[in-house]
Amino acid sequence: MSAERPDPDALLARVERDEAKARRGRLKVFFGAAAGVGKTYSMLQAARERRADGVDVVVGLVETHGRKETQALLEGLEVLPVRTVEYRGTVVGEFDLDGALKRRPSVILVDELAHTNAAGSRHPKRWQDVEELLRAGIDVYTTLNVQHLESLNDDVGQISGIRVWETVPDTVFEAADEVELIDLPPDELLVRLKEGKVYIPQQAELAAENFFRKGNLIALRELALRQTADRVDAQMRDYREDHTIREVWQVGERILVCIGPNRMAERLIRAGKRLATSLRAEWLVAYVETPPLQRLPAERRDAVLRMLRLAEQLGAETVTLSAPDMSEAVIDLAKERNVTKIVMGKPQRRGWRRWLLGSVVDTIIAEAHNINVYLLGSPQGEDRGRGAVPAPLPGLSVKPDRSTRAAYRGYLGAAATTFLCTLMAKAMFGRFELTNLVMVYLLGVIFVATRYGRGPSILASVLGVLAFDFFFVLPYQSFSVADTQYFFTFAVMLSVALVIANLMANVRSQAKVASHRERRATVLYAMSKELAASRSEAEIVQIAVHQIGIEFGGRSVLLFPDENGRIGYPISPLAEEPFPGADLSVAQWVFDHNDMAGQGTNTLPGANGVYIPLTGAEKTIGVLVMAPANLRRVFLPEQQKLLQTFVNLIVQAIERVRLAEQARVNQVQMESERLRNSLLSSISHDLRTPLATIVGSASTLVEGDYALEPEDRRELSRAIYDEARRMASLVNNILDMAWFDAGVVKLHLQWHVLEEIVGTVLTRLQKQLEQRAVTVRLPPGTPFVYVDSVMLEQVLANLLENAIRYTPENSPIEIAAEATPFTMTITVADRGPGIPKGQEELIFEKFYRLRHEGPQSGVGLGLAICRAIVEAHGGYIRARNRAGGGAVFTIVLPLRESPPRIEPEEGPAD
Amino acid sequence: MRRFLRASLRSHGFQVFEADTGSRGVIEAGLRKPEVVILDLGLPDMDGVDVVTALREWTRVPIIVLSARSTEEHKIEALDAGADDYLTKPFGIGELIARIRVALRRSAAGAESQSGEVLSGGGLKVDLLRRTVFVGGREVRLTPTEYRLLAVLARHAGRVLTHRQLLVEVWGPSHVGDSHYLRIYMSQLRQKLETDPAKPEYLITESGVGYRLRV
Repeated sequence: MSAERPDPDALLARVERDEAKARRGRLKVFFGAAAGVGKTYSMLQAARERRADGVDVVVGLVETHGRKETQALLEGLEVLPVRTVEYRGTVVGEFDLDGALKRRPSVILVDELAHTNAAGSRHPKRWQDVEELLRAGIDVYTTLNVQHLESLNDDVGQISGIRVWETVPDTVFEAADEVELIDLPPDELLVRLKEGKVYIPQQAELAAENFFRKGNLIALRELALRQTADRVDAQMRDYREDHTIREVWQVGERILVCIGPNRMAERLIRAGKRLATSLRAEWLVAYVETPPLQRLPAERRDAVLRMLRLAEQLGAETVTLSAPDMSEAVIDLAKERNVTKIVMGKPQRRGWRRWLLGSVVDTIIAEAHNINVYLLGSPQGEDRGRGAVPAPLPGLSVKPDRSTRAAYRGYLGAAATTFLCTLMAKAMFGRFELTNLVMVYLLGVIFVATRYGRGPSILASVLGVLAFDFFFVLPYQSFSVADTQYFFTFAVMLSVALVIANLMANVRSQAKVASHRERRATVLYAMSKELAASRSEAEIVQIAVHQIGIEFGGRSVLLFPDENGRIGYPISPLAEEPFPGADLSVAQWVFDHNDMAGQGTNTLPGANGVYIPLTGAEKTIGVLVMAPANLRRVFLPEQQKLLQTFVNLIVQAIERVRLAEQARVNQVQMESERLRNSLLSSISHDLRTPLATIVGSASTLVEGDYALEPEDRRELSRAIYDEARRMASLVNNILDMAWFDAGVVKLHLQWHVLEEIVGTVLTRLQKQLEQRAVTVRLPPGTPFVYVDSVMLEQVLANLLENAIRYTPENSPIEIAAEATPFTMTITVADRGPGIPKGQEELIFEKFYRLRHEGPQSGVGLGLAICRAIVEAHGGYIRARNRAGGGAVFTIVLPLRESPPRIEPEEGPAD
Repeated sequence: MRRFLRASLRSHGFQVFEADTGSRGVIEAGLRKPEVVILDLGLPDMDGVDVVTALREWTRVPIIVLSARSTEEHKIEALDAGADDYLTKPFGIGELIARIRVALRRSAAGAESQSGEVLSGGGLKVDLLRRTVFVGGREVRLTPTEYRLLAVLARHAGRVLTHRQLLVEVWGPSHVGDSHYLRIYMSQLRQKLETDPAKPEYLITESGVGYRLRV
């Protein structure tokens, strides 16, 4: 049974695949071997059938090439207007993607999947337009010729001798839901060509001579048939897998393609792709950058970059490794990723060189146990090494920034050094052996190598040998040599110098690489440290913009969506100079599609910057827009990785801050919820209890008037009175607090004499204070406070009432005040039980009570009101326990202005 | 409220006339010639302060206003307009009766006499004719302003005088805003007259309203 149980992961993958497909539109490709086989015709026929079924079919763009039959089929179908684009002086009709998305038909026809859009379109390629249509849930019918398939591109090129530049990534073709092969035997196609059904006659003749040779057509037909068969095969396997028909095939095949900076790379990648497809295996493309490779000119490094892009388009994962030893890096990677097959080029070194210096391939073959190694030869006649450099990436055509002047200076330095060595040797000449003079030149070479690198040091070696010969070997002042044994000296001197030059240059470049890496690590460390310390989103944005500016040059801005998901400029840009003219529509596209766009990418390469989505854990949270001074600084593989790390760090920091904020909001909400609950329970309890007594007592009085003893009547009346008073004070407190919370309380601030305020409160509470010894200690003179007297009296009254309520009878209460030039401190102290540890702050919270449900307790608002009042005065109130028992409440009020002065009057009345 | 007042006041031997609106109240007061008017500031038809003004146009009858917490400001306006005393709801009947007694006694004594002796509490005696002040039989020397202030309070002994009223009477209308003058002199007076200035016996502060000389 267990043997039949499908792997849950596989099931899950299947479900996900099905789901993704359900949301996406369906892609149907009408696939043919060459132009003229009738793809467009069949597509239109299919469209008419769908339309007859009542499906909303729209023609997005169909190129009839003037064919009458095809033209006829168009009739009766809704055709979207084309978007006219002016391109190099001529007006071109392009597919209107936005129009199509707006129209939203069920099915749309878009001819020629491999078409390249005119500059200025959203995507450079039409298949990207189609991709967007599919993502929007629109079904697409399209046509494709076999020669436009990326992986077959060079095969077709070899067969037909014509290389097509317009290609469609295999992934697009493979992801198509349906592929309908439109097949026509070559003979019939040629007949149709002659009849002028494919091209207009004058074009037809030319075409027949070049592309439409029968041999070509047969080969192309075979390719198309094979491609379709492969697809059917893959479908069959999908089917079997879905229906748990298990069979033995190797699971977990993983292919590693190693490429170098040469023409072979493309062939290797395509071969890897084919192998991976036929094995249904995952595949990686790795480029190992050894120190010598890092010295390659920028154009060639760009070419490698382009190759890696191509591999990604073909569905590979790409890896760029930086290591001193290529074979070791490849083997490590292979082991780490469980690679089963390695595809690489044939060794470039042949014969004795290979035997002497070894080759990467040999080492890998020797070391890689259990890994099959596939070697690919280069076609004859093709220049292996420095072949034509492939076209650079769009937008990447910026010239390398390393100036030739620096190199020039290096060579000058080499010449100067040799000259100095010669001067020195001249001075030593006669007193030292000739061999020691050789040493002087070698010293010079070492100096040049460390200082200026490889090229200048080679020059220094050669110049050194020449100078040595010219000045110090007989006959002097001549390059001719009298004693032939000096030739040996020269040879050794030159080779030693060259070896030194080479070694030193290697050391130098490795040191450079190391320092580069260290710097990058430092930058990352600094940024992550700063981000970790940041507390607000604005701060993060500032740090991010700053660090990106340092590392990648140019300006950048982080854009975030509003509540409606519309990307907009920050309302208060924190960066000193916000990125001018970031294209919000491009940013919006990037945000919606979670994909890069702008310069150097495949989407809207004409935009004025690089737009990178900030992909969070759950969704895209924003867009980073960069206007790099130099695109290379952004798009070199290691820089890309660095940038990605940057973006991840930024996103993490922002998400962290947002989560914290969310948590805080939740906390506040919970708090207010708790408050509301405690308010309700407090009010219901505190108001109902006295009400119950009042209603009960009153009803007894009303109904049982005559049966009651006078004493009982008095008792009942007393109870009603007491409870009603209690309720009145509760209601007052609740109302006061509500007013404070509503912010409607206005303070009538005036200069008051503290003594008077204290006196008023004491008078007010006279009855309750009868049993208490109250001491008042006020500063001498007339201590003024600038307060709302009614409010401050309320504070003192609340504090005193609390003291009366919670401390034993007859225990003393002390009121004291102390003035400083800027504050007035008032304390109310008692000798009661004090405040439980840790609750000194809590007691000022609304509805907080030390002892719940006590017979004496209030609603728990007294102190909250005190705090509200004192804080409204700009002061603060604290509670703590006294030494020797009891509690002290301290009110500190600011004295904003100096108190008023009044001239003392002289003399008595009359 | 009226139900409670009627029952309580009758039980204390007062004859009670009622009016349910301000305008009715003014007419009733004219018809019945009461000895004391009790006025609730929360009237359905007009501002209670206007009722005080209307009554003061022709009578010096003592007026006691009743205010709720939400009509604090009106209470001061009513006092400024000539009301004699105030009570904040809720209050006990005992308090109200006490205020009524004070008001009656004062109007019986020929109202705000310009002359004669005024006694406060047990120990304070103000002789308005000779301009002398005694505490516990011992004469206290006051500055002119202190005396003027005390004299105003003494002339209206038992009645609540608002800050405004006191400032106008003692310092003149231009000093209405200088309430700290009042506080300082009140404080000085207390230092001289009271045994414990923090627990005054004679010079009572009416929080947020004004002062009163206890009788």
